[in-house]
Amino acid sequence: MKTPLLELTNITKKYPGVIANEDISLTVNKGEIVALLGENGAGKSTLVKAVFGLVRPDSGEIRINGHLIAPGDTAGAIAHGVGMVHQHFQLVPVMSVTDNIILGDEPTRGLFINKRAARAEVLALSEKYGLQVDPDAIVENLPVGMQQRIEILKALRKDVDLLILDEPTAVLTPQEIDELLNVIRNLAKSGVGVLFISHKLREVIAVADRIVVLRNGKAVGITTPKESDEESLAHLMVGRDVVLQVEKGEAKAKEVVLSIRNLHVNDDRKLTAVTGFDLDVHAGEILGIAGVEGNGQRELVEAICGMRPRIKGSVLVSGVETPDMHPRRVHAMGISHIPEDREKHGLVASYSIEDNLVLNQFDQPPFAKGWIRNAYALESNANTLVKEFDIRTPSIKTTAGALSGGNKQKVVVARELSQKTKVVVAAQPTRGVDVGSIEFIHNQLVAARDNGAAVLLVSAELDEVLSLSDRIAVMFGGKIVAFLDGKDADRAKIGRLMAGLSE
Amino acid sequence: MKYVRSWLLPVIALAIAFAIGALMMKLQGANPLKAYESLFSSAFGSSAGISKTLGKATPLIISGLAVTICLRAGLFNIGVQGQLLAGALASAWAGYAIHGLPLFIHLPIALFFGTFFGALTGIIAGALKAYRGVHEVITTIMLNSLVLQLGEYLAYGPFKEPGQQLARTPEVLSSAKIPDLFGMPVGFFIAITLAVIAWWIFKKTTSGFRLETVGRNKNAAWYAGISVKRSILISMFIGGGLAGLGGAIETLGVVGRYEPAFNAGLGFDGITIALLGRANPLAVIPGAILFGGMRGAGGSMQFAAGVSPDIIDLILALVLFFVTAPLIGKWIKTVRGNEAITTGGWGN
Amino acid sequence: MIKKYLGSRWSPFVATFSVILFFYLKDALATTSVVATSITFGLPLAMAAMVGIMCERTGIVNIGIEGTLLVSSFIGFFVASVSGNLLVGLFAAVCMGAVSGLLLALLSVTWKMDQIIAGTIINILATGLTSFFYKQGHTLPSTFPEIDIPGLSAIPFFGPVLFMHGPLTFLGFFLILVLWVALYFTPWGLRSRSVGEHPGSADTAGVSVVRMRYLNVTIAGAFGGLTGAYLTLELVGSWDRGFSAGRGFTALALMIFGRWNPLGALAAALFFGVAQAITNQLMITEVVTIPQQFTNMLPYVLTILILAISAGKVRAPAAEGQPYEKESA
Ligand SMILES: Nc1ncnc2c1ncn2[C@@H]1O[C@H](COP(=O)(O)OP(=O)(O)O)[C@@H](O)[C@H]1O
Ligand SMILES: [Mg+2]
Repeated sequence: MKTPLLELTNITKKYPGVIANEDISLTVNKGEIVALLGENGAGKSTLVKAVFGLVRPDSGEIRINGHLIAPGDTAGAIAHGVGMVHQHFQLVPVMSVTDNIILGDEPTRGLFINKRAARAEVLALSEKYGLQVDPDAIVENLPVGMQQRIEILKALRKDVDLLILDEPTAVLTPQEIDELLNVIRNLAKSGVGVLFISHKLREVIAVADRIVVLRNGKAVGITTPKESDEESLAHLMVGRDVVLQVEKGEAKAKEVVLSIRNLHVNDDRKLTAVTGFDLDVHAGEILGIAGVEGNGQRELVEAICGMRPRIKGSVLVSGVETPDMHPRRVHAMGISHIPEDREKHGLVASYSIEDNLVLNQFDQPPFAKGWIRNAYALESNANTLVKEFDIRTPSIKTTAGALSGGNKQKVVVARELSQKTKVVVAAQPTRGVDVGSIEFIHNQLVAARDNGAAVLLVSAELDEVLSLSDRIAVMFGGKIVAFLDGKDADRAKIGRLMAGLSE
Repeated sequence: MKYVRSWLLPVIALAIAFAIGALMMKLQGANPLKAYESLFSSAFGSSAGISKTLGKATPLIISGLAVTICLRAGLFNIGVQGQLLAGALASAWAGYAIHGLPLFIHLPIALFFGTFFGALTGIIAGALKAYRGVHEVITTIMLNSLVLQLGEYLAYGPFKEPGQQLARTPEVLSSAKIPDLFGMPVGFFIAITLAVIAWWIFKKTTSGFRLETVGRNKNAAWYAGISVKRSILISMFIGGGLAGLGGAIETLGVVGRYEPAFNAGLGFDGITIALLGRANPLAVIPGAILFGGMRGAGGSMQFAAGVSPDIIDLILALVLFFVTAPLIGKWIKTVRGNEAITTGGWGN
Repeated sequence: MIKKYLGSRWSPFVATFSVILFFYLKDALATTSVVATSITFGLPLAMAAMVGIMCERTGIVNIGIEGTLLVSSFIGFFVASVSGNLLVGLFAAVCMGAVSGLLLALLSVTWKMDQIIAGTIINILATGLTSFFYKQGHTLPSTFPEIDIPGLSAIPFFGPVLFMHGPLTFLGFFLILVLWVALYFTPWGLRSRSVGEHPGSADTAGVSVVRMRYLNVTIAGAFGGLTGAYLTLELVGSWDRGFSAGRGFTALALMIFGRWNPLGALAAALFFGVAQAITNQLMITEVVTIPQQFTNMLPYVLTILILAISAGKVRAPAAEGQPYEKESA
């Protein structure tokens, strides 16, 4: 029997409070595309990081081409022909494309890096795989799609036998995804084994030879695209039937509550990110903004919520202009904000749930009487919200940092939606959140809409936008390129719009 | 259990530091037991000794608080020394140069002078951080040296006691001196009160919550509508003010004038004490008493065992090392809560 | 306009050069001596700044440079005076520096302590150790002698400025250049910088972040030891409590002003040296009389000013100050 390219036997990895991988065995053969499917937190990244030596498993064996790989031996894995494209790009932003690609195995002349040879190598590589890059560009100036290419080239540089791709499609447009899947197929044809991670059923069915489904750290099923369909895979993945569609009634859109007029916003590098925007959101509707990340969505949200200077233009709530650069006063005017980065903006990790639930109203009655905080009001508020929003925690005194991603997000959602609010701005509200919590958060957003709030949803997950929105705006290059009706929005059409193509 | 452990750590650290200190003394051929015995009996063995210890502990409590409050707000105030000197200088001047006031007016004025100039020194670093993004660690260290030089200049020049060889100011008037109360230094009670107030502010008030939120997560604080700049300014102002008050109490209660050689190291001990107490205002008190005792009685070791009091510096440094390094912490599995985080690159 | 100019990459060079040129045209002799002494003032700062650069480029904030300077200069002095051999003292100082670097690496890399606190501990330990072991009465047999490079040292202006120094001065300048070349043109440099900017990308490329940080912080410590040795064995010839006199902190400011670039920091340090040398010259010639204390303040004021101008504009290595958590990459 021929030895498989990759052979994992009984891999187990425990983190405090979670078993990320439990007794997982898996093989990948030459020329085979194996998909690792599982929802957020299922343990997919942990498993492949173990292969690549970025995580030390507690027990189990990793063999590549028959060679046993020591735990934590990244250099060994690379030497045995493993290349990996990471879920979070592992690129040095301030360095050039060439420097990023050669890092770790630099062509040298004497003691020095041979810059000319390096550059030539990058060009040859880019030629070979048909992935165009500019070797001299600085990575941080490149769009995410391009950065993804660099990641792939980096992984392919050393004639890999096994290529691991950890959720490579998360930041791509549907068209770019198709291109990537083609690259993967061609690689497999040339004999490379591919381990492809995704939580998107469609892609997995499209590209895999074999599908391994992970749930709560366990391998719960191995199947092939022929033997399965989206329904059955979803069932395996989540462990129960999932409602892929959010149940919601007809929207009863009323008057305009949030209006944005001629808004111009810059990004962190002071380049224009939002260019002359007009947008109206009505009470009682969910307006979803679709778009590939990095097309100005983040800047738009932050400018609306008073966290980023508005270069020009205005944001009005019920016709009243909101202040620039003052998140608290904006909030007080009725704009609730579920921030994109909950760890950075949404929570203080070392504070208790109780304190996090009043983070932007700690000095308002009943939580404070004048200068003194009211411990009793804090507690009863926390007890109510923990129940109402199904926050799973041992105690309201537990620090937010100790919660799982989904429960952290529920803390933020609870805080923002429990306050009287006219507008809800939800940025990537379910990123890194488990399916149970996703459903819950979706229902809460719909409930907020039904209670008469104007909901602005920004998400990089096209499925999320499609299933929640009453109206959809597609954003590209800092502009809204189209408005569509939520009911009959067409996936392919939105995909083209997201890529900047006109219809 | 958790409570016991949080006490265990400093105790074990102390034990190890004293053991290493003993080893060093042995290396020098001295008798460590004799040295330690004299150290402790003279610091804590008599009421006069205790009174001296508490007197020494007073500025240490206050400077420890000055560091603690800033740590809670996410700032590492290494400038306590300079702020303290500024306070000492200003209060000394107010103590000798302002005439004809009764005690209950003169003393508060002198204390206020000290506090104010300490706060001023602190807020310079605060403003540089808030408005120019300059890291407080470097600016406060530079300010330490600046104030020291300024003090020397003034004590040699404009503030010099007439007809004196030494560089020092005239003695403060008796109307500006802090009186003793039942043989105990009044300053000590002020210091304890301040520690309790600081603890209460962080525990109960919205202001404390504001500062602390900034200290723990600047971005979340800004999102929640707390002004990070203001918080930096306020905490450096309070930290500096406290340090200045500490200097004033030391000047008006103990030293009686400004002399450049005095007060050295008080601020630095404050840093160590604050770190030992893990930024808990109440934990500053025992740390300061211990330090005060050792500082006050260090000289007795010279008498009894021929050991240089400089060993105290070494022992205290080792205590800090063993408490902050997770060495013992891991061993006794202390919960490392309330950790001060102060590093954020030089631009933040 | 002026602000923009001050913030530009070459500003330290331009400023230094124009100041020198202006004075040379006015008074050649005095200017030559001023510039020569400015090297004496500036070089130890520049060398200390290299310690910071090497650490911070790999993502470790080192505010313990002051402690490294203090303790290594003390050991260097002590060993040299006891053994009567300067080279032995030099060796001891370099080793001591490396040990202090190793300690910082242990605290901040392995134990993942807050790096500012780790550096503070090194400073406090250094003060404690040196003040305890310090005894008056030791003297050095000599200091490292000045080497005049024949021929070159006779050139007007450049001779005295560039070619009449002690061996450690030459070594210091040489190593600064080596560091610059190594940082930007060798695999080591690329890896170091990537570890400081984005350790995950280095790690995933098979570069061990922990090993790289240990290596660089220790080498940096050794370089700090060399700086300490230079101060006591070549420049001053004696040692006293608080000998390092805040140079370790000023060095950090120069590192920032020089944008974490060895040449930039060198230029900033020389500019600093020039400013101090000029003040000294003015004092000596009694053109102006300023109280001693105010001239003592000069480096501190300059440090604050420099930071106020440059901080916030410059970009520190992105991963600075954060321990690397491999498993959260
Ligand atoms: N460094 C870590 N420390 C603690 N828990 C972790 C760490 N990394 C991952 N986990 C936990 O392990 C589980 C699996 O995570 P991961 O492998 O990233 O899932 P996936 O890639 O499938 O979304 C999650 O519950 C996650 O919270
Ligand atoms: Mg993952």
